[in-house]
Amino acid sequence: MVEITIRKRPRTESVVTQRKFYKKTARGKVIKVLRERYLRDDIGCGIQGCGDCENSTSDPLPFTGDTQHNAYPDGHYILPDTNVFLHQMDLMESSLFRPPIVLLQTVMEEVRHRSIPLYNRLKALIRMDEKRIWVFYNEFRSETAIIAEEDESPNDRNDRGIRRAAQWYNEHIKLNRNVVRGQAKPKLPVVVLMTEDAANRNKADESGIPVTSIRNYISMFPENTAAQLLDSLSTAEETTLEPKLSGDGRQALYPEYYPESTLQAGLTTGNLYKGHFNASSYNYLQGTVSVHDLPKPVLLIGRENINRAVHGDQVVIEIFDEDKWGVEGDEVVDQEATLKNDDAADSDEEEENDEIIRKEAHAARVGEAAASKKQAQPTGRVVGIVKRNWRPIVCHVDATALPSASVPGSNSAKSLSIQTLLAHPTSTLLPRIRIRTRQGPSLVNKKILVAIDAWHTTSRYPDGHFVRVLGDIGGEDAEREGLMLEFGISYGAFGSAILGCLPPEGDQWIVAPKSDDGMWKGREDLRDLTICSIDPPNCQDIDDALHARPLPNGNIEAGVHIADVSNFVHADTPMDTEAAARGTTVYLVDKRIDMLPALLGTNLCSLRPNVERLAFSAIWELTPEAKIVNVRFTKSVIRSKAAFTYEEAQIRKDDPTLQDPLTTAIRLLNTLAQKLKAARMAAGALNLASPEVKIHLDSAESSDPIDVEQKELRETNSLVEEFMLLANISVARKIFEAFPATAVLRRHLPPPQTNFDKLKDILKKRKGMSLDVSSSGALANSLDKCVDANEPAFNTLVRIMATRCMLPAEYFGSGSVGRDTFGHYGLASDIYTHFTSPIRRYADVLAHRQLAAAIGYSPLHASLHSKANVERILEVVNRRHRMAQMAGRASVEYYVGLALKGRNERQGQGQTVTEEAFVIRTFRNGLGVFVSKLGIEGLVMFKRDLTEFDADNYCVTIPGSSAAVSGDKDVLISVFDKVVVNIEVETDKNTQKGKVKMTLVHPIDSRAL
Amino acid sequence: MAPRIEVLNDGGFRSDGRRQYELREITIDLTQQGAADGAATITHGLTKVMVSVFGPREAKLRSQTIHDRANINVEVTIAAFSTGERRKRNRGDKRILELAATIKSTFEPVIQTSLYPRSQIDIFVQVLEQDGGLLQACINGATLALSNAGIPMLDFVCAVTGGVQLTSPMLDLTLLEENDMPHVTVAILPKTSKATLVTMETRLHVERFEEILRLAGEAGNILHRVFKGALRNRTTRLVASMDSGTRVAGEDDAMES
Repeated sequence: MVEITIRKRPRTESVVTQRKFYKKTARGKVIKVLRERYLRDDIGCGIQGCGDCENSTSDPLPFTGDTQHNAYPDGHYILPDTNVFLHQMDLMESSLFRPPIVLLQTVMEEVRHRSIPLYNRLKALIRMDEKRIWVFYNEFRSETAIIAEEDESPNDRNDRGIRRAAQWYNEHIKLNRNVVRGQAKPKLPVVVLMTEDAANRNKADESGIPVTSIRNYISMFPENTAAQLLDSLSTAEETTLEPKLSGDGRQALYPEYYPESTLQAGLTTGNLYKGHFNASSYNYLQGTVSVHDLPKPVLLIGRENINRAVHGDQVVIEIFDEDKWGVEGDEVVDQEATLKNDDAADSDEEEENDEIIRKEAHAARVGEAAASKKQAQPTGRVVGIVKRNWRPIVCHVDATALPSASVPGSNSAKSLSIQTLLAHPTSTLLPRIRIRTRQGPSLVNKKILVAIDAWHTTSRYPDGHFVRVLGDIGGEDAEREGLMLEFGISYGAFGSAILGCLPPEGDQWIVAPKSDDGMWKGREDLRDLTICSIDPPNCQDIDDALHARPLPNGNIEAGVHIADVSNFVHADTPMDTEAAARGTTVYLVDKRIDMLPALLGTNLCSLRPNVERLAFSAIWELTPEAKIVNVRFTKSVIRSKAAFTYEEAQIRKDDPTLQDPLTTAIRLLNTLAQKLKAARMAAGALNLASPEVKIHLDSAESSDPIDVEQKELRETNSLVEEFMLLANISVARKIFEAFPATAVLRRHLPPPQTNFDKLKDILKKRKGMSLDVSSSGALANSLDKCVDANEPAFNTLVRIMATRCMLPAEYFGSGSVGRDTFGHYGLASDIYTHFTSPIRRYADVLAHRQLAAAIGYSPLHASLHSKANVERILEVVNRRHRMAQMAGRASVEYYVGLALKGRNERQGQGQTVTEEAFVIRTFRNGLGVFVSKLGIEGLVMFKRDLTEFDADNYCVTIPGSSAAVSGDKDVLISVFDKVVVNIEVETDKNTQKGKVKMTLVHPIDSRAL
Repeated sequence: MAPRIEVLNDGGFRSDGRRQYELREITIDLTQQGAADGAATITHGLTKVMVSVFGPREAKLRSQTIHDRANINVEVTIAAFSTGERRKRNRGDKRILELAATIKSTFEPVIQTSLYPRSQIDIFVQVLEQDGGLLQACINGATLALSNAGIPMLDFVCAVTGGVQLTSPMLDLTLLEENDMPHVTVAILPKTSKATLVTMETRLHVERFEEILRLAGEAGNILHRVFKGALRNRTTRLVASMDSGTRVAGEDDAMES
């Protein structure tokens, strides 16, 4: 029973409690808005043991405040203003920074207004266990609520409100700590206003409010933490407040962005375009922007045209006249190599280095020169930024950049003088970042996290600040953490609130006896069915199992049983929220980052053999020709009879002596699967390929990779896959029928034809083959014909390249897009969803909930009725999904590198790994090659002057006069040629960064080039 | 894109500083208004409605008389200045007619119309300010005006709006909140706890609906107490002035509950 009351708002106070303002609508109409607010006295100060306030919280601020700080021996709390959170979030998040914080509602709202991502970080910060933060709703407390005065800007009003709250807090503490006679006067902690705004500080000083700037505050920290925290300070703030750094006398390197109004006008009239900036991984001075309305991505060539855009930013671009259009540069330009000697301190002065100018100008020119020859691509330049994609970046520091006096180990390394360094991001897509640090020497050989703060027109590199050290370069933990940070994967342990949602029995949990109405309600007893699961070896999260049996009428009953995760993960619980935020389980080579706590994933929801488990079953009646007669869905209880690996199942199926029920069931499933697959192929499904390799790890503990091999595909892989597809499609139909507006579905849009242009051209010119991309079926057929009799791997290569031309599949809510765009291109299905892996994908959990509601098992949670809500969740899931894929790939790449290193070492000095590779791209000064056996791509570089490059025919000719060529004949290398490369892992001496380096061995030895 | 305001923030406060189950301030003014037989001006926060009741009296049109009971005639006018954006609504406006029809059907089972056959009771509702909960204010105002006019009713009719933000229910919504979430208006008869009106224009989940209905019922009881107090106060003062024999000049017994 809740208490319902009526709030009072005395008319006499209406000056404070009513707010009147005018606002202009989108149509330009001005309307008057009147709002009221109710001021209260029951908003607590959050300080433990406060006599006046009822602080019904489990986690109040400590009574004495924080007494560690040198400037405030009597204890203190800090009260930061909005800018502190806007600019110094990294500092606030640092685990070293832990004074108790009073966070005002005014500040929260201002942060929310300015930046939603920062607001989300702020909210996460409040929830963090180790931080002591009290949110004080100052705008609703009668003593601290203020109204804007005449001619007062909203900013000034908020500042005044913050000062008022700080003042109130200090008085409030004084009032509540009475001097008891005969005892020493109690120490009064103070609430310190923290602000970077000097004017605000002065005003606070005048009213006697303790006030500090961040820098002053931190420098008074105990010695060792001060230095680290000072580095975490963002520089963006400083430069705006100390204008001497920017401007005066310095030459602007980049054009200014257009003002906001010009951008808006340009976008509406169609003169300017909006899109995401994608940096090129081959050439750091080049990037593309895909614009929705244009068939081809727009090229940005050269530093000025890229104009401070960073990979992933949403930018506004201007397109040049057609006579300036060009093609992508045909040369590899490596930032590291070109800018090796560009010192951070030098570039501070921005003395243009002649050599750099020359090189960069050349790189930019190459693109234009070739323009006349070939079909030109539109080019343009960035004129504004809509949204920055600035997240923490994993970097390392170049040892040579440090002054020689402070090389590691020497005594002066301990001196904490400020140095300006360039941090090199691990990803080649990102620019180097200038940071100022006091711990320079100790950062060498470490992976560090750096955040970008600003990029001024006068500075060649963006300015950033140091966030924290991840670990030693090459250390697996640091590499892994760096990788996860890079892809924004949250890898922390599950919090106590989340673990609280697990069943209290823990791993003792069992399916209740059948007499239990609660758990068994609406569930079918399928424990007697011969169900088994088939998974990769060492699979712990078994989320699907299968069965099949002949029916008396000659048909076959087949069933797919999926772990009933929605029985444990209920909507709107902390566990659900966390799972939605994680979106998917991430599989790295040596680690799995779970979406759900391990107890569920690997135990309670895992359909282990010979244990009773809850399941969600889809059961079909199929004709022997694998046509669906009918399908039903039910929640069930199953007991799997066996858990096979693909290999075991295959061996069992192929062994004619085995006639036990499990084996016959597998054979039955297999025959059905083959027919299902044939039907799918006939409908035009694509058989795509992606380079998949498997890493052998030495043992669980050391996790040193031993070797790499390509994944083997068996018949049983296809068996499981076919039934999963069948289940997903059947479920998709069912939930779409039940919830036409909010069903969680998955689609794969057909790729635009122009995506295939280049591949088609190469195939035609080099191999005389053609691709028909008019539909997925036509593409599948023509892909089948791309066979080189001498080269079995060629077909796979073409498939891989075709796959890269396609769009990624995505989740969507059925009400959000047109019905005709539901189709799944790759699977050639008109509707599809994900249902079969709820342990590791969040979309599946949603599909489970909707299916349960569709069959009337349980009502659908309110949040899944709201279209906007479903859209929002799926947007996150889509992003997470993409990130997880990229992280997985990056992890494989890293381990392939390690494995190669290991192989090289085993083979001894002088011997290196050589592998066959296909050329997939040609440059003026190099080749892009793909090593199918290892699933990696690499770059072979030549010295430029020695080769002749024919961009139209995708080939490079090495003249016979060159030293590398044995004999006198010219050697021609073109795309799709098979070459032999030598692969070694070399470590950059300065940065300690391991790099895979490839050189040609056959047909020529590029080492001599 | 997140909405500009948070309807319910993490601290459990709504955008105007109320908690979930707190109603806005209510003021009731039962002063005589011109020739009306009963009148009431009620405010729920910034929503203000003035209701005048005439009757029972002879119907203006013969065609409107009903032989065995009184006819209830509800007319609603919404002042052009009642919203932020000046907007004139005609008498024939569909929304106004619907509002009037809703009020009429709410009161039909409550007013003892059979006591006054062949007569008419007029309820004129004037909306002066709007900030959410319009229907609730109209109904509450009409209840007070009817009882002020001395028209026999079976019970008070107490109306409250309730809404639900994802899973958190809240009561007495402002305009801002109404635009942002599904809501129901419930009118109950406190003595019998029966609902005489349940209406909504948005979709609401069945489970949430039950909860909201129950809450609105409880809130109705709170309103009932306030209404009774206001009427008793008004009547006490009338009686007192009758006893003393003097007319109360410039009577102003606006009551702040």
